[in-house]
Amino acid sequence: MEVGQMQRQWLDYTRSLFLEGFLDAQFMQLQQLQDENNPDFVVEVVSLFFQDSERLLKDLTFALDQNAVDFKKVDAHVHQLKGSSSSIGAQRVKNACIDFRNFCEEQNIDACLRCLQQVKEEYCLVKNKLETLFRLEQQIVAVGGSIPLVEPTQMSF
Amino acid sequence: MESQNNNQNLTIQLTALVVDDNKVNRKIHQKMLDNVRVKNLGVKNGKEAVDIHCDGRRFDLILMDLDMPIMNGIEATKELRSMGISSMIVGVSSRCTEAEIQKFMEAGLNDYHEKPLNIAKLSSILHMINPNY
Repeated sequence: MEVGQMQRQWLDYTRSLFLEGFLDAQFMQLQQLQDENNPDFVVEVVSLFFQDSERLLKDLTFALDQNAVDFKKVDAHVHQLKGSSSSIGAQRVKNACIDFRNFCEEQNIDACLRCLQQVKEEYCLVKNKLETLFRLEQQIVAVGGSIPLVEPTQMSF
Repeated sequence: MESQNNNQNLTIQLTALVVDDNKVNRKIHQKMLDNVRVKNLGVKNGKEAVDIHCDGRRFDLILMDLDMPIMNGIEATKELRSMGISSMIVGVSSRCTEAEIQKFMEAGLNDYHEKPLNIAKLSSILHMINPNY
């Protein structure tokens, strides 16, 4: 596949992530922060998000498995996950966390367990999507191409 | 000589402290500051922010998260103000209720912004510190 085709594929894939709600404008902020001093910034931040999220999801699973659930602790973990998902633009994960926090406040264990499942699903989805996006970027760079600059108007904001 | 002096006047080096327990947020805010040439450090809770000031460090700007373990943003802001720290302290949190923001402001903030910070919000904060920046 020639570079131009790869770049179009990348652009179409990126656009789909925004249209399907996986990512929001905050992700574009990360892309705008990336420069020649830190050409891997987006990958670094997203990798940090993956590490953090996996730890938090593990902690949430443990916390909700206790006989006496500490909802304050659960809420604190969800707050953290909401914060980092919001900061990288992982919109669907963020929204799932918002719902989760509401049920923590109600101390509704069944609803919290359902929310945890939902958050895990959304996290897995966005992780796969972003890993695919980064693979496409690596392929473009490997053949000497550059990643296109994305304008907000291209993402239908 | 005159043009050299003018160039020196334009070279403004601001410093900032990012106080946030979330590694992702710290990395993003620090990169935003790097990109606008603001020398910066990151710490992970309010106690570390206070300790660094006790060691004599001073910053033009402190970006202060609210919810942090050990010492939260409200406690840290109150402590820093009681120490006589006159830096611009900007609260940055995802808490949205008016009451929580009010409580945070009353601790001694100069300003508050909802997370996530973006480039435009940061520019407006830096402009408040120095309109020439």
